[in-house]
Amino acid sequence: MTALTSQAPASRQPISFALLAQVILIANSFIMLYPVVVMVLSAFKTTGEIFEHPFALPDFTQVGNFAKVLGETAMPTYFVNSILVTGTSIVLILVLGTMAGYAVARYESRTNTFILLFFLAGLMLPLKLAVIPLFILLRDLGLLDSRWSLIVTYTAIGLPSAVFIMAGFLRSLPSELEDAARIDGASEPRIMWSVMLPLARPPMAIAAIQNAVPIWNDFFFPLVFIQTDARKTLPQGLTTFMGEYTTDWGMLFAGLTIAAAPITLLYIALSRQFIQGMTAGAVK
Amino acid sequence: MANVAIRDVRKSFGAVSIIKGVDVDIQDGEFVILVGPSGCGKSTLLRMIAGLEDITGGDIRIGSRIVNDVPPKDRDIAMVFQSYALYPHMTVAENMAFSLKLKGVSQAEQKKRVGDAAASLGLTPLLDRYPRQLSGGQRQRVAMGRAIVRDPQVFLFDEPLSNLDAKLRVQMRAEIKELHQRLKTTTIYVTHDQIEAMTMADKIVVMHDGIVEQIGAPLDLYDRPANRFVAGFIGSPAMNFLDGRLEEGGLVLPSGTVLPLDLRPSVPAGTKITLGIRPEHLQIAPAGTPGSIPATVSVIEPTGADTTLIVKAEGGNLTVVLRERCTLKAGEAVALRPVPQQAHLFDEQGKRIAFV
Repeated sequence: MTALTSQAPASRQPISFALLAQVILIANSFIMLYPVVVMVLSAFKTTGEIFEHPFALPDFTQVGNFAKVLGETAMPTYFVNSILVTGTSIVLILVLGTMAGYAVARYESRTNTFILLFFLAGLMLPLKLAVIPLFILLRDLGLLDSRWSLIVTYTAIGLPSAVFIMAGFLRSLPSELEDAARIDGASEPRIMWSVMLPLARPPMAIAAIQNAVPIWNDFFFPLVFIQTDARKTLPQGLTTFMGEYTTDWGMLFAGLTIAAAPITLLYIALSRQFIQGMTAGAVK
Repeated sequence: MANVAIRDVRKSFGAVSIIKGVDVDIQDGEFVILVGPSGCGKSTLLRMIAGLEDITGGDIRIGSRIVNDVPPKDRDIAMVFQSYALYPHMTVAENMAFSLKLKGVSQAEQKKRVGDAAASLGLTPLLDRYPRQLSGGQRQRVAMGRAIVRDPQVFLFDEPLSNLDAKLRVQMRAEIKELHQRLKTTTIYVTHDQIEAMTMADKIVVMHDGIVEQIGAPLDLYDRPANRFVAGFIGSPAMNFLDGRLEEGGLVLPSGTVLPLDLRPSVPAGTKITLGIRPEHLQIAPAGTPGSIPATVSVIEPTGADTTLIVKAEGGNLTVVLRERCTLKAGEAVALRPVPQQAHLFDEQGKRIAFV
């Protein structure tokens, strides 16, 4: 499928246009990559070096910043917290979102449209606006200052888009597959698990990545819900590196590099499925 | 193997009635084809036999058991779909073994049965491939293999050949028929293609608008269609129809041309009737021959084996099939003489009129 879409129709366009497109794309990737490169390079420099030679290549053997971040700060704890919170949220979003999407897409019922619209309403509503009632709710549930406060909030935020993506894709799968499986003797959960879900990997990758990035990077909800240092996530934890009067920039960049690594790797790992899902149905 | 009995089966979606009381008896080992134009309810009927659609009224019996409320997996049937519905993420072997796996058949037994079915369909070298790596004909064969491994009481086919090109369709037609002769499993096959129906079936069920128009052996339907619909549907090119009035001398067309009839119809003179005549039973005579229809050749379509002529005559175009090579030219005037022994007569309601 990717091979098909990459057959550029540009061959029929004038060369100057293709050239212009290339220039814009290259400029765009440069703008996108520049901060990332600076972040990684600066992670290997001392604060002094960063200000003296901001663009110079560092000595990559000099890993003092990383050692300090991992050894002398609570960074490893933040890291584990981020993994726990993001991982659990994504698992919950995928499991619940897929099941709800499957039900909405594959079974005929009068309440289907209502349920889908209900989830869609969740897409329209920025949950940050509801932070005060949410705070009161979590306090009453006794979840404040726990990782669960973040997990349930993120799951609620992520579900609408996951249901929307999954329902849209599952609806496009031919119903004859389901009929064939039913005749072959598969039960309804079995049809979902063995026949439909293996085909739904691209939209699941989309739902996962599209939710994982904002959850991993979220600063707002941890700031409101979490007070105990041992339960802080990375974005919130990293702010402790910024002092009121002095900031160890080298350490901060090393921390940022470590924080950005997992989600970047996840994106690269899932990007093939992601692109497949984005273009699904584009080509017959 | 089992016989299948369909008793006064009805189906409606809301207020819309799709199937309006259908009775069909299918003997053990028979190859029955449900045929009819799009929207006649044939696929719905098949899906009801499979258990994929609820039955609004009536009974469906497979063997001695009424299966109205039996789920598809317990009906002991296998179905081949138009789109084949192969599981895209499973290999050919996994596709074929899926139902056995669900039934809890042992690995060794699964392997043996899949192997046997694959060998009989020439699929052995393809067992490790995925459906997307197969050609249309191969996918079709895998879909059949998936049905065979289950060793069901009844095979159901839902327009299995419509996605294939013409040449492959002829080849697969023969393969399916050969398969049925080997396995002798009761088979119900849905198609809109009357050639498929004629060539493959032991018995054809012609459906139209949710009712059965006629049930019979292929040549019975061809030689003695029960009504005008069946007469027009079965046979290609389609039968010609001429409206007229029955008189002593034969059939009188509106222009006054009298076409002699060989036998006496069982209706009184003066009745409005329709004469049906197959394209191969219209003979070309020199223009002006008495007892013939004056016409002008409009299109000549030689197929090699025979020649199809479309001619303009009173009441519209008529089709003629000539077995011998044709020297006529477009625009030439001819006369058409129906072979009286081969004429079919229908009354105003379209029902067949018997001869006395």
